[in-house]
Amino acid sequence: MSRNGQHDGPGRARRTSRYSAWSLVKNGLGAGSGWERAFRHHTPKETYDVIIIGGGVHGLATAHYLAENHGITDIAVLEKSYIGSGGSGRNTAILRSNYLTPEGVRFYDRSVKLYEHLAADLNFNVMFSQRGHMTLAHNDSSLRTMHWRAEVNKLQGVDSSVIDPAEIKKLVPYMDVSSSTRYPILGALYHPPGGIIRHDAVVWGYARSADAHGVHIHQKTEVVGIDVASNRVTGVRTADGRRISAPVVVNCTAGWSTLISDMVGVDMPVQTFPLQAAVTEPVKPFLDTVVVSGTLHTYVSQTDRGELVFGASVDPFASYSTRGSLDFVEGLAGHVLELMPGLSKMRLLRQWAGLCDMTPDYSPIMGLTPVEGFFVDVGWGTYGFKAGPVSGEAMAACIAHGKPPEIIAAFGLERFDEGRLVGEKGAAAVGH
Amino acid sequence: MMLLTCPNCGARNVSEFRYVGEAKSRPDPETATPEQWRRYLYFHRNPAGWISETWYHGSGCRRYFGIERNTVDNAQRSAAGTAGATS
Ligand SMILES: Cc1cc2nc3c(=O)[nH]c(=O)nc-3n(C[C@H](O)[C@H](O)[C@H](O)COP(=O)(O)OP(=O)(O)OC[C@H]3O[C@@H](n4cnc5c(N)ncnc54)[C@H](O)[C@@H]3O)c2cc1C
Ligand SMILES: [Zn+2]
Repeated sequence: MSRNGQHDGPGRARRTSRYSAWSLVKNGLGAGSGWERAFRHHTPKETYDVIIIGGGVHGLATAHYLAENHGITDIAVLEKSYIGSGGSGRNTAILRSNYLTPEGVRFYDRSVKLYEHLAADLNFNVMFSQRGHMTLAHNDSSLRTMHWRAEVNKLQGVDSSVIDPAEIKKLVPYMDVSSSTRYPILGALYHPPGGIIRHDAVVWGYARSADAHGVHIHQKTEVVGIDVASNRVTGVRTADGRRISAPVVVNCTAGWSTLISDMVGVDMPVQTFPLQAAVTEPVKPFLDTVVVSGTLHTYVSQTDRGELVFGASVDPFASYSTRGSLDFVEGLAGHVLELMPGLSKMRLLRQWAGLCDMTPDYSPIMGLTPVEGFFVDVGWGTYGFKAGPVSGEAMAACIAHGKPPEIIAAFGLERFDEGRLVGEKGAAAVGH
Repeated sequence: MMLLTCPNCGARNVSEFRYVGEAKSRPDPETATPEQWRRYLYFHRNPAGWISETWYHGSGCRRYFGIERNTVDNAQRSAAGTAGATS
């Protein structure tokens, strides 16, 4: 990604080179010097049709689908750091659609479907591995929620069912499903199409495709102000002193999104909480499903490289700090060993944190705002990576037609004033 | 571990406390409209910087207290605006 900046002027013709087995062989023989930059550097223009703030999966997917589905290509994506530096490069990459509300299930299912074809659509290997996703129930009330979710899922055509400890043991032989543990496992919600993906590749794939359509991606470009005249957005101001005008500005900044909305005076019920994760040294493959335990506030999956990736619920108080804490790893280790005592000798390699934009109902906020031309695609909390494709597709339609498409109609900002919350806490608080 | 300073007990591990949220006053239930209630319930300031908030010392004196905290680096000062114990 970081090959030294060749500067191209705007509007260079669409790239024709494709990634393929043949290009791998050819460039492999040439010591790699023949690869083209995946996306180019541009000098910002004075005006664009659409400005997207935030170069995570949501901003880049929105740019891609605006170009691909609606022919809108005069777009700038402004990213204060590097693309994927936010949640999109820090998440634990779990994809699934076994949510709790019909609106949620339909929405996330569309995303999983788009992910299934994403590698071909973007000509980029995103390594989506549909290895199955399992959420454990350790008490009667969570078992009841699992049954509820399974029925809602099935009604929407999503593969999801409740399985018993014997079936769990077959899928994950290393798990302690005995009844002598502190939190015995009573069953699990099993979701075969769920799995994990290479998150960076998704970000880079969308960036490369958007770039090929003529979208400008400006890294190290922080938005510090948004101009509004007669309740209409007119452009943005950047930290390096530029004013870039556009009739449409889209807020895709997740953990920072209230800071952006505050610039135009749009209040959002969003609070920023850190979420931590950790990874172990690599070992041979032994775990080929994603295992989540809400009661133990933990989940684990094994990457293709063999590392175990662990996550948890958000830190207990709002903050913009991404410092890891000892609390977190101690709690994590204890909980993981409850589930898989055999892991006691594993060593953690690394822990990190990212910012999550939490909403009261654990559903996103998408669509129009009271300020004309100012769109939001925020409230992604701990679960928004899986929603990247469907959100990009739906936000692109929303921008092109000036009204939210059916699939995101329930997620408007006005739902909080109207008391129409889309409660997903039971399906999203730990599972991501 | 991050320390938080309780006005009664002094600096303690943050895990002894429960985060309540932004300090703000409740609208009058007799006169508030549903919209006002929902604003009060769901909309909180989310600045990257100083904010006044309420915490509860559940594993200590079991009292609620106010504090100012900088959400960027978690530095704290007492609600009156003094001191500066951090993590
Ligand atoms: C540890 C962890 C684990 C997670 N696990 C999962 C998971 O397993 N599955 C799942 O679906 N989700 C998961 N998530 C959530 C997921 O990562 C996010 O919801 C998702 O990545 C949000 O994508 P985004 O594009 O909206 O935001 P981000 O990727 O955060 O991008 C926002 C971008 O905006 C930029 N920005 C901010 N302010 C400005 C400004 N003023 N000007 C210009 N640019 C700005 C930032 O630099 C950032 O790059 C996890 C999150 C974390 C932290
Ligand atoms: Zn106390």
